[in-house]
This record gives sequence, structure tokens and C-alpha cells, in this order.
Amino acid sequence: MMYKNWWKVLSVILVLFSVTGGLLIDVPALPILHESIRNLYYHVPMWFAMIIIYLVSVIYSIKYLGSGKENDDLITVESVNTGIIFGFLGLGTGMIWANFTWGAPWPNDPKLNGSAIATLMYLAYIILRGSIDEEQKRAKISAIYNIFAFPIMVVLIFVLPRLTDSLHPGNGGNPGFGAYDLDSNMRYVFYPAVLGWILVATWIMTIRFRIRIIENKNNQIQ
Amino acid sequence: MLSLYMSFCYLCNCMILIKQVKSLLYKEILLEWRSKYAFNGILLYVISTVFVCYLSFKTTPPLVWNALFWIILLFAAINAIAKSFMQESKGRLLYYYTIASPQAIIISKIIYNILLMMIMSAIAFLAYQIVFQNAVANLGLYLIAVLLGSISFSTVFTMISAIASKAGNNGTLMAILSFPVIIPLLMLIIKLSKNAMDGLDNSVSYDEIGVLCLINIVVIAVSLLLFPYLWRD
Repeated sequence: MMYKNWWKVLSVILVLFSVTGGLLIDVPALPILHESIRNLYYHVPMWFAMIIIYLVSVIYSIKYLGSGKENDDLITVESVNTGIIFGFLGLGTGMIWANFTWGAPWPNDPKLNGSAIATLMYLAYIILRGSIDEEQKRAKISAIYNIFAFPIMVVLIFVLPRLTDSLHPGNGGNPGFGAYDLDSNMRYVFYPAVLGWILVATWIMTIRFRIRIIENKNNQIQ
Repeated sequence: MLSLYMSFCYLCNCMILIKQVKSLLYKEILLEWRSKYAFNGILLYVISTVFVCYLSFKTTPPLVWNALFWIILLFAAINAIAKSFMQESKGRLLYYYTIASPQAIIISKIIYNILLMMIMSAIAFLAYQIVFQNAVANLGLYLIAVLLGSISFSTVFTMISAIASKAGNNGTLMAILSFPVIIPLLMLIIKLSKNAMDGLDNSVSYDEIGVLCLINIVVIAVSLLLFPYLWRD
């Protein structure tokens, strides 16, 4: 059992470490940010987890178009569901942070708008699925929309903020976090947090996927 | 020898593809020319929307002027291009399936929609300029923005309309699916046309033009790859 589940144990350890460490370990005293810099450990990993889990969904969409296996489609849809949860968590933590440092929960920032639109895109994916009854057709058409929308989401989240001014570090001429304020102490918490939350997202996805399979089995006519 | 043969085959396929695209495009234009339904309908839609906006705004500050123009074009484009797959009956689609490759069909639809949107947005721009009278400082760049805008709308909406038509010919679905996808492009286009309105130097806008072209190429490539899967039923 252990050789299969080691990554779940690892994810629990990493997330517990980063949650407690994020509150306890020293952070550099910076103007404006002050102690709110600790939100870096909770806000940014949500986005990393979201991007990775959306990437998983696209990979499985491509796989589905090749193989036509129902399981690939189930992984896709559960990845999108999990990604949406992490997207909302990222927006929530970001809004709290922005309220304290930038003065408003929703400043006009291209990254905020971009991630909100990306969330809309995946909500549209869910609606598209709901509008088709036939299972194989639903799987195929939603896979096509998922693959079609992904490159544009990449442009939205990674390219557009770099073209316009953004409040976020690393965009619009602002230096990235690594440049001056992510000191080594913070790295020790930040990287485990990112890895831990990505693993947790994958874990949630696999659990939901297995629930789906069980449900499908129950719904079958004996 | 084999590679020569292969490249010959490839060339041959390309020729066949071009021929198919040509005749499909001819068919689209001919059908449209006979009824003039889509074109006239959308034209009237655009003109009356412009007029409604004029009556409700009278005069607008430049920022609103620009945004309003693109919103009018956005809705006109959704309405125009939503038809491109929905008007095809099931029997006719089956007939295409036997005579043409899926790539030829999607390319011909995209080219046709680009032509339609280009004419439409040119007329809309003209009407909008006459009614609203707003000085665009760099007209050349603004026209490039209009051109790029109509190309972007066509490439994105053609594929989305194909997807939406498979999911039960639903107008709401078309809007829901296409808005999140078009917003990034629309943001770039509005920024580009705002630059043109302010009369900024062309070199300021090279970034936006480059990214827009790049996105369009990616969208066309992805459409070509995905349409064959969508096509088979």
C-alpha cells in the first residue's frame, strides 16, 4: 500500500509544514506588505495547483480524443471541477490580501481579471457538458472545447499581464518575487507549500474520480 | 526515392485541399449571394444598433466611443457567425463528409466568415464614424485594428459555432462558450484601437499586433487539428 500512497503522506506533511511554518517562521519586514506577506504561502500555491490541474485536464482531453475511453473523460471533468475549486480559493485569498495591501478587494489588475475570465471559461465547460445528454458525444465535444480554450487561457494568464501594467510582482516592469524579497527563509516554506498543494489537488481529483466510477457502477442496470 | 514520392503525395494532397477549399468557398458565397439573408440581416442589425447607441448616448468620450464600437461588433459577429454551422442541415453535412476533407470545410468556413466580418465591420465603422463623429488620430492603425478584430472574431467564433451546433443549436450556449474565449483578444484589440485613437506612434502597438497575429495562428492551427474529431459523429 505504502509504495502507492507515499505521495499522499508527503502532501499531508508538506501542507501541514507550510501552514504552520507560514505562521511561525520569520518573514522580512517590508513596507506596505508587513505581516500580510505570509499570505504568499496560502495564495500563490492555489494558483499553481489550479494551473497544474487544468493542465492535467487538457492532457486527459487529448488522451480521450485518441482513445475514447470513458475513464479519461472522467479524469478530465473531475480535474476541471477541482481546478474551479482552487480557482475560487485563489481568488478569495487574493481578494483578502489585496484588500489589505492595495486598498480594495478588486483592483483593476489584469491578473485578477484574467483569472476570473479563466474561471468563467471552465464554468462554461461545465454548462456545455450539461447541455448534451448522450455520454460519448458529451465527452468528445467537451474535450474539444477544453483543448480549444486552453491556449487562450495560457495567453490570458501568462502573456496579457506582462503586456499591461499589473500590481502583481513580475509583471508590467515590477520585479518578480525572487528578485529581492523572497529571502531564503521564505523559500523553505514557499516551495514545499506549492508542491504540497499541487499534490493535495491531485489527491482530491483522484478521490472524486473514484467516486464517479463507483456512482457509474451503481447507476448501471444490473 | 521514397521521400520524393512522399513529398509528391504531400504536394498532391495540398493541391486537393486547396481545390476543395476553393469550391466550398465558392458555394458559401453563391448561397449567400442568392438569398443575401445573413448579410442583409446582420447589416441591418449593426446599423440599427449603432443608431440605438447614438440615440441613447448622443456624444461620448473617446474611451466609451471605442468600447461601444467593439461591443457592437462583438454582438454582430456572434450573431453572424453562429449561423455558419447551424444553418447546415444534417443531410447536407453528410454530403460534405463524402466529398470533402474536414480541414477543407473548416478552412472555407473561416475564410468566408473573415470576408463577411471584414465587409461588415468596414460598413459598421463607416456608419459609426458618420453618426458619432469622433476624431481618430491614427486612422491607418485603427483600420488595422478593425481588420485584426474581424479576423480574430471569425477564427474564434467559427470553431465555437461548430462546437455549439453539435450541442443542440442553442444561441445561449454560443454566447456562453465564446465570451470567455474572445475576451483576451477583445482586450488586446481595444487596447490597440485606443492607441490608434490617441495617435500614438505605430511602434508602440507592435506588441499587441504581434500577440494578436500569434493567437490567430494558434487558434487556426488548433481548429484544424480538432475539427476532424468534432466532424465525425
